[in-house]
Amino acid sequence: MVDMKYVAPSTIDEAVGAILAANGTGRILAGGTDLLVQMRLGTAKPGVIVDVKNIPEMMRIEETAGGFRIGAAVSGAIIGEHPALGKAWPGVVEAINLIGSKQIQGRASAGGNLCNASPAADSVPALVAAAATVTIQGPKGRREIPVETLHAGPGRTTLQPGEIVVGFTLPARPLGSGDAYLRLIPRTEMDIAVVGCGVSLIVANGTCTAARVGLGAVAPTVLLVEAAGKALIGSRLDDKALEAAAAACRAACKPIDDKRGTVQYRTKIAGVLLKRAAAIAAERAGAR
Amino acid sequence: MSKQTYKWIGTRPDRPDGADKVTGRARFGADFNMPGQLVGKVLRSPHAHARIRSIDTSAAEALPGVKAVVTSKDFPEQANLIVPTGEMQVNLRDVTRNVMAREKVLYESHAVAAVAATTDAIASAALALIKVEYDVLPHVIDVTEAMQEGAPILHDHLITDGVEPRPTKASNIAKRIDNAKGDIDAGFAEAEVVIERSYTTQPVHQGYIEPHATLASASEDGQIQLWSTTQGHFQVRGFCSRLLNIELSQIRVTPTEIGGGFGGKTVVYLEPLAVRLSQKSGKPVKMVMSRDEVFRASGPAPGATVRVKIGAKRDGRIVAADCTIAMQAGAFPGSPIGPACWTSFACYDIANVRVVGYDVVSNRPKVAAYRAPGAPISAWGVESTLDILAQELRMDPIDLRLKNAAKKGTKTSYGPTFDTIGFVETLEAAKSSAHYRSKVKPGMARGVAAGFWFNVGADSSAAAHVAEDGTVTIISGNPDIGGSRASLALMAAEELGIDYDKVRPVIADTSSIGFNFVTGGSRVTFATGLAVVNSVRDMVRELKGRAAKTWGVDVEGVIWENGQAKPAGSNVGVFEPLTLAQLAATAGKTGGPINGHAQLNVQGAGPGFGVHIVDLAVDQETAIVTIDRYTAVQDVGTAIHPSYVEGQLQGGAVQGIGWALNEEYIYNAKGKLENAGFLDYRIPVASDLPMIETILVEVPNPTHPYGVRGVGEVPIVPPLATMGNAIARATGVRMTDLPMSPPRLSAALDAAMPRAAAE
Repeated sequence: MVDMKYVAPSTIDEAVGAILAANGTGRILAGGTDLLVQMRLGTAKPGVIVDVKNIPEMMRIEETAGGFRIGAAVSGAIIGEHPALGKAWPGVVEAINLIGSKQIQGRASAGGNLCNASPAADSVPALVAAAATVTIQGPKGRREIPVETLHAGPGRTTLQPGEIVVGFTLPARPLGSGDAYLRLIPRTEMDIAVVGCGVSLIVANGTCTAARVGLGAVAPTVLLVEAAGKALIGSRLDDKALEAAAAACRAACKPIDDKRGTVQYRTKIAGVLLKRAAAIAAERAGAR
Repeated sequence: MSKQTYKWIGTRPDRPDGADKVTGRARFGADFNMPGQLVGKVLRSPHAHARIRSIDTSAAEALPGVKAVVTSKDFPEQANLIVPTGEMQVNLRDVTRNVMAREKVLYESHAVAAVAATTDAIASAALALIKVEYDVLPHVIDVTEAMQEGAPILHDHLITDGVEPRPTKASNIAKRIDNAKGDIDAGFAEAEVVIERSYTTQPVHQGYIEPHATLASASEDGQIQLWSTTQGHFQVRGFCSRLLNIELSQIRVTPTEIGGGFGGKTVVYLEPLAVRLSQKSGKPVKMVMSRDEVFRASGPAPGATVRVKIGAKRDGRIVAADCTIAMQAGAFPGSPIGPACWTSFACYDIANVRVVGYDVVSNRPKVAAYRAPGAPISAWGVESTLDILAQELRMDPIDLRLKNAAKKGTKTSYGPTFDTIGFVETLEAAKSSAHYRSKVKPGMARGVAAGFWFNVGADSSAAAHVAEDGTVTIISGNPDIGGSRASLALMAAEELGIDYDKVRPVIADTSSIGFNFVTGGSRVTFATGLAVVNSVRDMVRELKGRAAKTWGVDVEGVIWENGQAKPAGSNVGVFEPLTLAQLAATAGKTGGPINGHAQLNVQGAGPGFGVHIVDLAVDQETAIVTIDRYTAVQDVGTAIHPSYVEGQLQGGAVQGIGWALNEEYIYNAKGKLENAGFLDYRIPVASDLPMIETILVEVPNPTHPYGVRGVGEVPIVPPLATMGNAIARATGVRMTDLPMSPPRLSAALDAAMPRAAAE
């Protein structure tokens, strides 16, 4: 009853053109693990579906001067199998690999997880902690933004009309760095984070020299908790520093009571996960 | 009873339906199609409680492609008449209102109209064109609130039954039931320790993976064909006959393979609508519920409040037991409050017992049966309280139960006196199990609880046919929800003395076999099994007659042994045995086809008892519960096919664990369900659980030729308290409200340890 168009361009320029021409009714299709579900539920009724899986840049992982450029449509399974990426950014990779099930991993992309703009998206707190940047291309050309500025609210992004997330960049890792992502779910899999926490650290001679913390599912958008990072920097990651960072995480929470958790529980768990994720990240940093 | 030795019973052959199920060839409810079929869809209420002022279907009817629209006007009014369905009782006046709202909508997603159209999209568009005017009424979701003075009243005619003097004002309390034994006050006066607690449980869905689905085809001559995923196609036929005023013999219902039921598919939702739409449109109509519809509009198990008071002597002997249960029925009366009350103290021999139950309506979907309906709820209260008593008395929880265990001759509070039962044997097997004898690992705690279910018999028909080559078909009329075809074939093979592979079990439609009560109550292997055994015996009688005729001797002179007719003794004469194949080959000359039949109302179902043991850890910071080891011990009578008995124990335990830990219905302030899907209605996933260990205790049921007891329901009764008891012992915090989900358990731990929470 509703006409729907499907296009599968091979260049980003064509994709941008197709999205722009759709005049607000266009949706990007990468793995489709959110879009197709929304279409089945009737919450998404796109006029034009722009499949980006034929665009080479969006489908590859490149190593760039120690860092990585990851195409927005690369699937979780491919990311999980990349040896160098998993070594440099184990927390980012484990976060992406937590999305959905084994079958979902074969299709779902980190770019899609990002653009779906769920506050509970698993990949995002880890990418925020990693200081990842997002490459966006639109009618006015390319721009690069910090990942934490992409979300505007649940289901909403700061993307302008016609703009597409092309990929994201992870910086080079010096010696003594480590990251980790933990989420709390009531079950052991097939669930959505009640709280998610990503921590990225650099440790030199036992002292933390850099730290970033991303928190998910505790506010309308994934948070960069700068105060938590500050509480860790300069410390030896002792209990006192971890508790201060946990307190900063609890203070940053602006959660809601819903079917997945209460305000009280989410706030408490944000602190618990910070400590546990920081311990894993520290161990990984020391193990290098 | 000494242990029998059998050739086939107790073995583990492949199930007759197995290959088709693992290859995807098996056809479930949504897999049936007919040429020219239409798509049927239901318009559902957006309100939890509202009066229907008007329904205008004209725009929908005018939409091209729409072939029929039905509302309550298309279904005749029904008398205030209660009929049994599975383990529940239903009132036809209410059933017709549940399948299609009449004066009022009583819960969110209550059906108000249905359409049949040529495509799914047209059917959806037609629903949007139906205009319903509602007067929205105040609603009530909670069972305690529904019982309060001044609560919104669902049914103006509902006067509480079972209360003297009879109330004059309508309320939401449909019924009060009482059962008692001895003198409760004298019992508590005698007690040296009294424990009293109040508990709550939340409604839980059966969680069958296959949504309700049906295909109906009404012919011009009035005959109706129906395919349905159901636990009781005879009940589907019965409901359609009553609700649509069609003679039973005009309706032929074929059960499809069933993707889970657990009691939830003993009622009808779509079938009467599909038949009416087919009659009006003149085309076959197929209807399949979405998962969302299953959660919002099909019957869950009730939630309840349970107050338990138990008095005991210091030596552990229980002298008084008191229990009050208020149970959600959903929008219409008829929760399983009876079984909840009757099972509450059935495990124990207690002199003084009082049990009071209330059946309460509220603006939720009407509850349906779910595996031992009502029993897990009262057991949650009773078995938790017993654990507190064991802790108070510093007694081993199994020893406490052994001291009070019901035995042969124990009179229950609800009437019957037990024949041979196996509760003591089950407790002893649990106590001597490797699990219970193992040391509890550091950081873990162990919980134990017991459970009871009556099991039922009721009406069954069966037939057995010998084919021309001597292979056998057994025909029964109960949808196979737990491996019953394999069990029936094993019993037939044992009885006939032929190989299991020579026996093919089939499930006949309503026109091809006599009446059968639903698959439920753990009755099929027991009662339909007995019908199959009797039909085979009927056939063996015939086979012996054919041998006697062949040999020219009296039929009394022929015995049946190892699949052959033989002379009963040398005085009969010397004859070579006649095999089933030989007798089949000559059947044309000895009297025609050889068949057997049986039909009976089966009494004497043997009650079942279970004891579950869990070792678990609670993460003190996150309140996540991790199960390390879980063992289900149960008196199973005789395990006809042990793998499927073990499967029943494992499945029941897992469903009970989900009930204990995470499953609940979450309603918002408007009375709308917030978690109508498997993402946020959390049944356990495989990785949440260890392999559930099972111990089959075989105390044969004396009333069944092979000692069969029902086994499918008992295992969902103990897990709730088993989990709660272990959590209490792990944390020192006794949870009284289900589910013990991480946010709720965390809040309870924080409340118990305020300092730790603040850190």
